[in-house]
Amino acid sequence: MSQSTVSPTPSAESRAAGSEVLSVEGLRKIYNEGKPQAKTAIDDVSFSVTKGEFVCIVGPSGAGKTTLLRCISGLAKPSSGKLAFEGAPLTAVPDQLGLVFQDYGRSLYPWFTNAKNVGLPLAARGVPKAQRTRRVSEILASVGLGHVEKQYPWELSGGMQQRVAIARALSYQPDLLLMDEPFASVDAQTRFDLEDLILSVRRDLGITVVLVTHDIDEAIYLSDRIVVLSGSPSRVREVVDVPLGRQREQVATRASDEFLGLRRHLLDLVMPHAPHAA
Amino acid sequence: MSQTTLPTVAPERADGPSIGETTDLLVTDRRTRTPGSVLRRVLIAVWLPIVLLVLWWFLSASSTSPFFPPLSRILEEWWNQWVIGDAKFQLASSLRNLLFGYVGGAAIGLVFGTLLWRFPPMRRVSNPIVYFLYVLPAPALLPAMIALFGIGELRQIALISFGAIWPTLLNTLDGMRGIDQVKFDTARAMKLSPPRVLFSLVLPGAGPQIAAGLRASLQTSIILMVVTEMVAAKEGIGYFILQAQTVFAVTTMWTGILTLAIIGTVANYLFVLIERFVLRWYYRSRALGNS
Ligand SMILES: Nc1ncnc2c1ncn2[C@@H]1O[C@H](COP(=O)(O)OP(=O)(O)OP(=O)(O)O)[C@@H](O)[C@H]1O
Ligand SMILES: [Mg+2]
Repeated sequence: MSQSTVSPTPSAESRAAGSEVLSVEGLRKIYNEGKPQAKTAIDDVSFSVTKGEFVCIVGPSGAGKTTLLRCISGLAKPSSGKLAFEGAPLTAVPDQLGLVFQDYGRSLYPWFTNAKNVGLPLAARGVPKAQRTRRVSEILASVGLGHVEKQYPWELSGGMQQRVAIARALSYQPDLLLMDEPFASVDAQTRFDLEDLILSVRRDLGITVVLVTHDIDEAIYLSDRIVVLSGSPSRVREVVDVPLGRQREQVATRASDEFLGLRRHLLDLVMPHAPHAA
Repeated sequence: MSQTTLPTVAPERADGPSIGETTDLLVTDRRTRTPGSVLRRVLIAVWLPIVLLVLWWFLSASSTSPFFPPLSRILEEWWNQWVIGDAKFQLASSLRNLLFGYVGGAAIGLVFGTLLWRFPPMRRVSNPIVYFLYVLPAPALLPAMIALFGIGELRQIALISFGAIWPTLLNTLDGMRGIDQVKFDTARAMKLSPPRVLFSLVLPGAGPQIAAGLRASLQTSIILMVVTEMVAAKEGIGYFILQAQTVFAVTTMWTGILTLAIIGTVANYLFVLIERFVLRWYYRSRALGNS
């Protein structure tokens, strides 16, 4: 098995700060292993995430991004490779992990009100009713949703539903928030709002975030580091540092020279015809 | 939808022909429920039955046929038999058998449907047997049931239960298999315990189709209730109808049929009312999606 092109070196600054929340080493995932219809979704992926970091994973459609996220969240078993969450080997979904799925319509439970949806992980953790109600209102307010507790998810707009899903993942104060193309199915304006929401949530809660996207601009705007995946079966093409600082602003940041420089570099990486070292 | 190896009895709620359509007037979306529109819905639903009843009344008024007595006489006789007379005890016996039989069968169907969903090896093993029992017309088992349970009401309840099992079982299984895998991933991500997964995800998620199965089971139960009362029975509406027919009391026989129609209608409306209440999230979200 060959090594990935560029070994994922940690950015000196962020690495010095804290401990490792997530580490992925030589991850490989083959669906239907050993059967004729075997399909390698992930070939060889390694990277790690330190506490407080915002890491985006970009890759073309069908690259295996969802598969990667399912593996590192403990939902799917990797075929080989080592996964660790906060230093411990990952076997099941860790308690301190929040997950936001690609499609809110499929992950929210339409038979429960928004409050019940958000409170579900709290109930599973044995939080008493009164405390749960308080916490649910708090967290809904912090994602910019006031007074939707008694409504159902399907009574809200798409952007608001994704906020409910984010609130649900944040309700139990996880250490790591994993998001799978969370803004892919909302309109552009809502998308900007949600991007800023997640940046502010991250600032306020000091949470570590790993976000999967196929949108390069979004990745640059949000992250401290970007893990660029190749097409299927995926490998790490490069890990790119994004030295844009903590304060970001939709118009100014996206127009800055650093941003544009990174954008050009990333486009070179992901364009199928672009030459790259093998 | 996932493909199923077992047959689905009732069509999925999403596009199936719905008896509920005529009962929509009972429970509708709050937004559209103004006094005027309710009245209109009620009128649309009942005008045809009323016209038919009026026609029946007048066309049969001067009837001298021994098989089709005037409706006025049937109603009069109905009052005498079922309200003043003793026939209501037949009704009590029938309803008791129906209740125990239906509830027992539906419960067995629900539990075993869930077990078959949960344990795929069990599903593969029992698949041919379930299919075999499902296509078997339940009344054919009457003689066997008499041998097993005697001719008491235990046999009647057992046969009603037997028929009620399959629609609920198959729909439960199919509904649970149709739940989106992402919802199960979500449950695991939230660290829901197995009982919580059952009550917060599996049962509500399959709810609409379980309800379809329960309704089909109810209809089967009513049919079997009458059938069991017509063979080697000593009481019940079916027995009453058969008895009246053998002594050529045609009007009396008609009152039994009328009572059956009333039972069927009331049971169905009750079912729809409860279903619309329990699954109000489903009907309201669908109404919202369609508008
Ligand atoms: N359960 C599965 N069984 C077999 N193959 C699968 C399964 N899930 C995904 N795959 C295959 O693995 C590959 C990667 O899929 P994956 O959904 O992870 O990609 P993705 O990068 O998330 O795509 P998208 O951008 O469309 O969300 C695809 O070719 C897909 O067909
Ligand atoms: Mg995906």
